[in-house]
Amino acid sequence: MIAVLGRRSFQVPAVRRAGHLVERNAILQRRGWPVIVSGFVEPLLYLLAIGFGVGALVGSTVTVNGHPLRYAVFVAPALMASSAMNGAIFETAFNFFYKLKYVKLYDAVLATPLGVADIALGEISWALMRGTLYALGFIVLMVALGLVISPWALVALPAAMLIGFSFAAVGTAASTFVRTYQDFDLVLTVLIPLFLFSATFYPITVYPGALQVVVQLTPLYHGVDLLRSLTTGMIGPSILLDIAYLVILGAAALALAATRLERLLLK
Amino acid sequence: MTGALRVLEHHLLVYRRTWKGSLFTSFVSPVLFLTAMGLGLGSLISRGPVRTVDGVSYVAFLAPGLLAATAMQSAFVETTYPIMARMQWLRTYDGMLATPIRVLEVLAGEFGWLAVRLALGSSAFFLVMLLFGTVQSGLGLLAIVVAVLTGLAFGAPIFAFTATQRTDNSFALIGRLFITPLFLLGGVFFPIHQLPQFVQGIAWLTPLAHGVALARGLSVGVLAPAAGIHLLVLLVYAAAGVVAARITFRRRLAP
Repeated sequence: MIAVLGRRSFQVPAVRRAGHLVERNAILQRRGWPVIVSGFVEPLLYLLAIGFGVGALVGSTVTVNGHPLRYAVFVAPALMASSAMNGAIFETAFNFFYKLKYVKLYDAVLATPLGVADIALGEISWALMRGTLYALGFIVLMVALGLVISPWALVALPAAMLIGFSFAAVGTAASTFVRTYQDFDLVLTVLIPLFLFSATFYPITVYPGALQVVVQLTPLYHGVDLLRSLTTGMIGPSILLDIAYLVILGAAALALAATRLERLLLK
Repeated sequence: MTGALRVLEHHLLVYRRTWKGSLFTSFVSPVLFLTAMGLGLGSLISRGPVRTVDGVSYVAFLAPGLLAATAMQSAFVETTYPIMARMQWLRTYDGMLATPIRVLEVLAGEFGWLAVRLALGSSAFFLVMLLFGTVQSGLGLLAIVVAVLTGLAFGAPIFAFTATQRTDNSFALIGRLFITPLFLLGGVFFPIHQLPQFVQGIAWLTPLAHGVALARGLSVGVLAPAAGIHLLVLLVYAAAGVVAARITFRRRLAP
């Protein structure tokens, strides 16, 4: 047992092994495809309702760095960033927890050549693949509706994947701390304010100075700023900070998730 | 009907332990939504071409709509997974039916509890509306009743449907294909008359549009002549749902 524990602990994740877990998830989803497809519907509805419905009330008054923007153009990248965050968190935190605690899936997985690091890699890759699919659908939709006004939007997809990766790592780490389903109320307690206050629906300049600083410390703000810069073409040095923030957050969360999982699964 | 009261008592006893969790959804969440959407977004709208929405500030327009929509959402949540759990996963109803309580009493107790939950949530939301100063008429208090009715207009038919299900597969789809579209396009965030004619027709077929219109009228203090129709639609949906649930629930649980 000790020998197994030692070997497993230091196993470096391998794409081939982690791929088996991705395959397992994909096979299961063959039955649940309506749920996957309908996942496209929700961001579309948000875009129609907030971008165009509320946008008609706002008029053309959104000014970012002195440039007037159509409200739908302003809000669409923010909705794309939020949906990348939500998708990643729901796939990792909720589904992962379900497999970890209720189905005890990973106890079975660890009886195969897969190690803990492979599990983390496989689950995060799966969440990322699903998120990428949604982000791709969303960006195509934005182009179709004329909401992309810069060629920089070509890199919006990898940017959305970065947001997805960071939050998938955070979600996985968070799920290792969750004790029962009731604790997910706490996850929502964090997600909803992030969704609402990350300069999603109005420019950050609406806030008083001190609050602007607080908002800039939170993760989704950087995702929103990154995607908004790319789809509107208002690229400033701030996007380097956005990228650095998301990379560091993702890496730190991944390390934490791996450590916690070792302890939970191999104790 | 003492059986129904016993069922209600069961839920109250459980809730005594879990009410803190619902505090976030029923109180903190509306505060956040009204701050971000009502005040933040409202500050953009007040500087825009229309300034007010249907004659009131955006936050005053949004708040009663969110009140009704939140009731719809919590009714949806309460009548899907928890009911499935009590029917099938936890077998709570089997336990209840092993006592002198009868199937229809269980059903009455469940609807009673749903109404209590909706009333508690809507009252908390109403307090938030008072905090934000968006209630402009004494009639506004009646908006709580309208919210409960809106919740029942959704909860009763969904309950009837849940009683026919063996798995929880379809619940996520109901959420995505009915509840979320209604929440976003059903007149909560912007007036329904902005929608294309065809979509407007669909919106008015659902209870949400009527609940929102009625709650908004009461909160602003302007009751349109259509108020009676709105009320009637809500009552018809709720009553039809109860009748359907009597059939499906009895078929599911009666020996």
